[in-house]
Amino acid sequence: MSLLEVRGLKVHFPIKKGILLERTVGAVRAVDGVDLTVERGRTLGVVGESGCGKSTLGRAILQLEPITDGSVVFDGQDLAKLKPAAMRGVRRRMQMIFQDPLASLDPRQSVSSVLSEPLRTHGQKGPYGPRVRELLDLVGLPATAANRYPHEFSGGQRQRVGIARAIALNPELVIADEPVSALDVSIQAQVVNLLEELQERLGLTYVVIAHDLAVVRHISDDVAVMYLGTVVEVASSDDLYAGPLHPYTIALLSAIPIPDPEVEDRRERVLLRGDLPSAAEPPSGCRFHTRCPFRQPTRCHDEVPELRVLDAVPGHQVACHWAEQIAAGAVQPVSADVTATESTTSLDEAKATAADQSR
Amino acid sequence: MTEALVEAVPGQGLGAAPLLKIRDLTVTFASRGRRPVRAVDGVSLDVAAGSTVGIVGESGSGKSVTSLAALGLLGKRGVQVTGSVEFDGEDLLNMAEDELRAVRGREIAMIFQDPMSSLNPVLTVGRQITEILERHRGLRGAAARERAAELLASVGIGDSVRRLRSFPHQLSGGMRQRVMIAMALACEPRLLIADEPTTALDVTISAQILELLRLLVKDTQTALVLITHDLGVVAGLCDQVHVMYSGRIVESAPRRPLFAAPQHPYTTGLLASVPRLDQPRGLPLLPIPGSPSDTLPWTDGCAFAPRCTRQVPACLGGPPALIGAAHLVRCVNPVPTP
Repeated sequence: MSLLEVRGLKVHFPIKKGILLERTVGAVRAVDGVDLTVERGRTLGVVGESGCGKSTLGRAILQLEPITDGSVVFDGQDLAKLKPAAMRGVRRRMQMIFQDPLASLDPRQSVSSVLSEPLRTHGQKGPYGPRVRELLDLVGLPATAANRYPHEFSGGQRQRVGIARAIALNPELVIADEPVSALDVSIQAQVVNLLEELQERLGLTYVVIAHDLAVVRHISDDVAVMYLGTVVEVASSDDLYAGPLHPYTIALLSAIPIPDPEVEDRRERVLLRGDLPSAAEPPSGCRFHTRCPFRQPTRCHDEVPELRVLDAVPGHQVACHWAEQIAAGAVQPVSADVTATESTTSLDEAKATAADQSR
Repeated sequence: MTEALVEAVPGQGLGAAPLLKIRDLTVTFASRGRRPVRAVDGVSLDVAAGSTVGIVGESGSGKSVTSLAALGLLGKRGVQVTGSVEFDGEDLLNMAEDELRAVRGREIAMIFQDPMSSLNPVLTVGRQITEILERHRGLRGAAARERAAELLASVGIGDSVRRLRSFPHQLSGGMRQRVMIAMALACEPRLLIADEPTTALDVTISAQILELLRLLVKDTQTALVLITHDLGVVAGLCDQVHVMYSGRIVESAPRRPLFAAPQHPYTTGLLASVPRLDQPRGLPLLPIPGSPSDTLPWTDGCAFAPRCTRQVPACLGGPPALIGAAHLVRCVNPVPTP
């Protein structure tokens, strides 16, 4: 049985208008129908740009956001149907690591207090000293760190404290929301390695939410790509990066700079036009069609693509009407979107357009 | 200063006369009752006209302070700036404030990481661009508005005439950064300094902005100094790369040799600690031990020595000099080149 199953999950935030008699005039569809499965002991990476709903998804799995529709099944139990007492028992088994340890740690709480709080909350009897020292040792901090306060640590060390807190109760599932993006480059690798080491030692299952595709690829067994509240592609990490099928994934991967001039100079970029549309009014049909370099007339605009498995690549799910044709090269990107965007007009052309507009 | 005599100058000799010439720039922040902090510690570098230069470093390496100090943007209180900064032969550090203001904006422009805090929230985008054109170019009324619309169009903002009436909060992050670039280019500056221009943006938007910068500097022959922590951004865009650590340049080379055969252990450490999309997935990450705060004062030896895997006793025997011909490195035990 899978440790975590997310079925048709929707989280909509109502948009209200009026002061006394609030009316709901619409909804921001932060997460809009997501299905995911995470097996025990594995790591699922969730990638996407800001506003795609990846953080909301993570919080909704932990029941930290009200769920509009769908269900989260943890170890066979539907979390929405649990009574509060039973839910407390389950909470112990799922924990979260946050992006910014300075914001998620109380500045007036010593590390030993931070780490013993979850133990106390979940009814374990003290003394907590030995467990605190054990936790510090697990995350590679000296025992003397126990009496210090968050501001006395560097960013990387603070994130280690955040990780120690998350594993204090021996959880099975850990959701890490951008665990390294606030850290300096030279420190990120330390924290990534620590997460991997802990997974091996403690048999943890991870959901790692991040925008850095290189880090996600490194740490994840499987990767889900999100766009505007929906999952557009799911595959094993190796398959996804070796042969992305969804146009959004293709563009996302081609946008990542690689620290090697030889590679950079030869690369062909698929650039996306424009910005992310509003999640309150997502585009019709395929949500990506407004920015898709491979879009085709009518169908992309009219019909919502289902997340489906292609016959040619088992285990690789994609939500695109034209995935086979794109993979086969039968559907080509609009040439203006490859390496050059609408932004590449020269100054002279721009003058002409501006003059036209002002007329 | 004997040390300055043996030191090589990064970027020197690449153009006929350098557009920007920084010599031995040192910036010290002092506040009452605290130990003074030396953020930039003797940086020298040349930027040739029309070239693109990358300055790479982590937070606290002094990469941003170098550019702010060079443009006189640090303020006066509690800041001590020594050394010299020449732009096209003119001394920027000792220039009168109103002269300096004329150079900034017209000759040198700067864009920052977070466009929302650099744009005025209560003025329309059009007003903010025409203000620059009025001040530095003497354009007025319809002429200024027309030029502003052209500028917006040139950075890829569609429907530019209508966009002039937008306020910053009505634009997305990528659009705001485009507006900042349009403002920076309003006076066709000869030098553009971009401090982490894409760090606050999503990857796909970041790729758009970098492509835009690449084309603009090529089209207009503007020199670009790109300050970033991301080696990947530099790899695709910059002719010359300077790597900074703890206030000093530790390695400097044209981008191809720098990435093909990095010599400073800090540079190799940075490259080995980031996962790469074009390499097999199973490779382990080799982090740099310690944190950027574990530094040694340069006067005692190499600041990176406490974190360095190639440390030898000579590392602690006084400050290492930046040496080499086209590929400069500040290290007594550099990584051997293959």
